[in-house]
Amino acid sequence: MGNVLIVAEHLHGKFPKTTLVAFAAGKKLAGLAGGKAVAAVVGQGVDALATEAAEYGVDVVQVDGAPFAHYVADAYTAAVAEVAKQKGADTIVATATAVGKDLLPRVAARLGAGMASDVTGIEDATTFKRLMWAGNVIATVKLEGTPRVVSVRGTAFDAAAKGGKGTVEKVSVAPGPNDTRTQFVEFAETKSDRPVLTEASIVCSGGRGLKNGENFTTYLEPLCDALGAAMGASRAAVDAGFVPNDLQVGQTGKVVAPQLYIAVGISGAIQHLAGMKDSKVIVAINKDEEAPIFQISDYGLVADLFKAVPELTEEVKKLKHA
Amino acid sequence: MKILVTVKRVPDPETVIKIAADGAGIVQDNVKWVINPFDEIAIEEALRIKEKVAGTEVVLVSIGQKTSQEQLRTGLAMGADRAILVVSEQAIEPLAVARVLAKIVEQEKPDLVVMGKQAIDDDSNCAGQMLAELLGWPQATFASKVELAGDQKSAKVTREVDGGLETVNVPLPAIVTADLRLNEPRYASLPGIMKARKKELKEIPVADLGVDVAPKVKIVKLETPPKRTGGRKVASVQELVKVLHEEAKVI
Repeated sequence: MGNVLIVAEHLHGKFPKTTLVAFAAGKKLAGLAGGKAVAAVVGQGVDALATEAAEYGVDVVQVDGAPFAHYVADAYTAAVAEVAKQKGADTIVATATAVGKDLLPRVAARLGAGMASDVTGIEDATTFKRLMWAGNVIATVKLEGTPRVVSVRGTAFDAAAKGGKGTVEKVSVAPGPNDTRTQFVEFAETKSDRPVLTEASIVCSGGRGLKNGENFTTYLEPLCDALGAAMGASRAAVDAGFVPNDLQVGQTGKVVAPQLYIAVGISGAIQHLAGMKDSKVIVAINKDEEAPIFQISDYGLVADLFKAVPELTEEVKKLKHA
Repeated sequence: MKILVTVKRVPDPETVIKIAADGAGIVQDNVKWVINPFDEIAIEEALRIKEKVAGTEVVLVSIGQKTSQEQLRTGLAMGADRAILVVSEQAIEPLAVARVLAKIVEQEKPDLVVMGKQAIDDDSNCAGQMLAELLGWPQATFASKVELAGDQKSAKVTREVDGGLETVNVPLPAIVTADLRLNEPRYASLPGIMKARKKELKEIPVADLGVDVAPKVKIVKLETPPKRTGGRKVASVQELVKVLHEEAKVI
């Protein structure tokens, strides 16, 4: 007992960094509970992924078959809940990605489990820290009874490194009639050569100050490319239709914690700060010197962004070529 | 068709949140209470379906103290037909919320349940998914577009996921949870507000539903996170690049 089941999310035959975070959190929890960490790799034709998961020093359960060709909450719930039962898992853990957020509450409901979502700290095997009210309050919560379901914030834990060799076991799960109703139609992936927002070491985000979507292309994108940064946006910019919602950084968007975060034309509403205030270094560029973003920035530049950003892009290019 | 929409009373997003002296909750004096913004989007979506599909009834449901009447009245003023308030003095956690909602669904038999993707107070993002599981219904969370089939037997839903947009088809009845870009909620009109006063708002004590709402998640303590303090202003782009390179060493 004390076993921990890690849901190993994958995309295009790879484990994104967020999944490696789940491995690390799951192994930590297994250590605290004195149990084993087991990873569930669910999909179709996922032999290579199952083998790779085992290289992180966890035992792997592979659930492979046509119902799992694409992620859908109902069928995946059937798979994860079944593996959790078979493996006597006390805790089920995944990272709070779009998939993790969609899947884990459903798993918790199926197992009648208490759930802590988007946790930023593990105190012991049953006690976790998580943020509430847009990051204004840190709550310490204890999950009573077993099993427990926990989703972890991708930026709050280090990614696991390879090491050790676990076993791989294939388990077949046949989802029931209630588990196969959702039909996957398509995934329209945003194509970008820039790093993934939640994994980038530098993020440049734009706000309403950029005035329109074209200005993201004209001003912010060249800066991102010069820095090798991911591009983000404030909710205000998303609301105004400047950029797609998957760029949104904040309470209800993505949470990032890069080495360097540059906020351009962002006033600094609490909802935005909730998504980026754990960044190592924060830079704000805003023409309003009273903007709240300056209260949390390490370096602030009061300037017209339409002048400062191209200048910054040029200076960065000079530095890189020096 | 019948659409059930969930409504939660939450502090206005602009509220400065302070932890109460007893450490068990937040200071509630001078807090302005509103409909959870994502629930407002959910109401709007239901109303848009009602405008397209003749004979649609939109029923709101909230769980909370009697004061949640205020938010339900606002939803009725936006155009919903009637409301149910499950009265609970204690705040209950997502799984208990889902169990209560499952009971209401059993009574009301809606074809579609539209919810906000998360409440902006406890930020759990759980209740919709849990309700879908308890009912054995499909779920389409984080919706940015909902297209009902002509026969109203299924919905094609576009979802905001990591790295793009996903489309799923769900047969009804189903749960849809609303993301930011699904729509722009309307304001209640003055005639709407007048009409809302006469619309049915039924109260049900939570105990009458016979649902297990015992907590499995115990709050041990609440703390204010350490404040990040501002640094300094730089005078020029050149100085900024210099400090980022030489002092912070991040570029």
